[in-house]
Amino acid sequence: MANNPTRRDFLFTVAAAGAPGLPPHRAGVAAPGPGQPHMDPHQHDHEHQAVPSDLTLRVKALESLLVEKGLVDPAALDALVDTVEHRIGPRNGARVVARAWVDPAYKKRLLANAPAAIAELGYTSGQGEHMVALENEPKVHNLVVCTLCSCYPWPVLGLPPVWYKSAAYRSRAVIDPRGVLREFGLSLDPDVEVRVWDSTAELRYIVLPERPPGTAHMTEDELAALVTRDAMVGVAKAAAPGAGAGV
Amino acid sequence: MNGVHDMGGMQGMGPIRYEKNEPVFHERWEGRIYALNRAMRAWRLWNLDTDRHALEVMPPAEYLRMRYYERWVARLEQQVVKFGLVTSAEVESGKPADGARKSPALTAAMSDRFVSRGIPSAQDPKVAPRFKVGQRVRARLINPAGHTRLPRYARGKTGVIGRDHGVYLFPDTNAHFLGEKRQHVYSVRFAARELWGPAAPERDSVHLDMWDDYLERA
Repeated sequence: MANNPTRRDFLFTVAAAGAPGLPPHRAGVAAPGPGQPHMDPHQHDHEHQAVPSDLTLRVKALESLLVEKGLVDPAALDALVDTVEHRIGPRNGARVVARAWVDPAYKKRLLANAPAAIAELGYTSGQGEHMVALENEPKVHNLVVCTLCSCYPWPVLGLPPVWYKSAAYRSRAVIDPRGVLREFGLSLDPDVEVRVWDSTAELRYIVLPERPPGTAHMTEDELAALVTRDAMVGVAKAAAPGAGAGV
Repeated sequence: MNGVHDMGGMQGMGPIRYEKNEPVFHERWEGRIYALNRAMRAWRLWNLDTDRHALEVMPPAEYLRMRYYERWVARLEQQVVKFGLVTSAEVESGKPADGARKSPALTAAMSDRFVSRGIPSAQDPKVAPRFKVGQRVRARLINPAGHTRLPRYARGKTGVIGRDHGVYLFPDTNAHFLGEKRQHVYSVRFAARELWGPAAPERDSVHLDMWDDYLERA
């Protein structure tokens, strides 16, 4: 791992330069108070650290070695990347949720047998063969985490965002879910029951958010546009009409 | 193992950093190492549990410092040497030591199917469950030195079986090639107060998926 000279040189350089690689909170920046989410668009530069060009070189060297030895097919790598960049992602999950909102029979099938119901819409690849859908209700809020690594329902949400895989989220989601939700801007009433789902085995969880009020007139496509990735992880609610859903 | 990867309930990890409109990969190398890890597993020399454990045994300070896909780089550099596909000298130089060539285990045509993790069916009537839905159980108080999916924060705690998910390979043995030990996995509900004490909200709960071998009667 850290045994090659390039790597050691890099680590030494980082240390000598005053550790720009450390996340800001370890570099002495105060944590935010409640209701102060960290959404500064520049902060991800710190989270991702002073990017070592060393990683680009290491991966290039490893790929070319494995290709030259006939161990991998570069076209297969292209196909794998293309799938996660273009074919799977939260828009798939949003279609599942919108269908469940407009079709009570589909919702029933989704809650009883999520993999089969999701496959009805044509989404079957990846980390999600064994899926469970969790229904949010007025007095029940579900939140999904993987404290041990990064388990996530790939076919319906794609690959997980950096925050989902971060130590901050993984450590706190189980012990202080309400605090985590406040950081995402969601304050739940004390009488709402919070259920956290730690993905410790091969089951993958998707939250079925509540259908927002004022959407009775909307089509399935319009509804799908309100369903964000964050709502399907449980760190947000589905967007109100006109609020702009983003991802 | 009681590694730094087992983070549930730890404090002091700082605020959650949220990036709007985050790309799937931030740089090209991230996508390449993602694909390389998946393509190399097609050789079936190691499995998903082996790969998870390979991250867990990284030195804790390195684990916390490294970016997510940087860990995947370090892991694959190790796995290909450990399982005899290349030598460490070849990894250092990036050049094959000889002209020997294999034929890739995963082709582009297969890669569609291989996006699936290939988790076997959870249906196996030959494997009997030891517990029933609604039953009270205790997570065993164990500290395995190898791979486990039983987080520290649940060990010794009492919960209730919510759902029987069917039959899965046992990661604690499968990671180390000590057998699949297929057994039932259950969703177990733990009251937040059972896990975190009386300050936790009364009705809140944490649900973990647990293999039969992690549980005992309560």
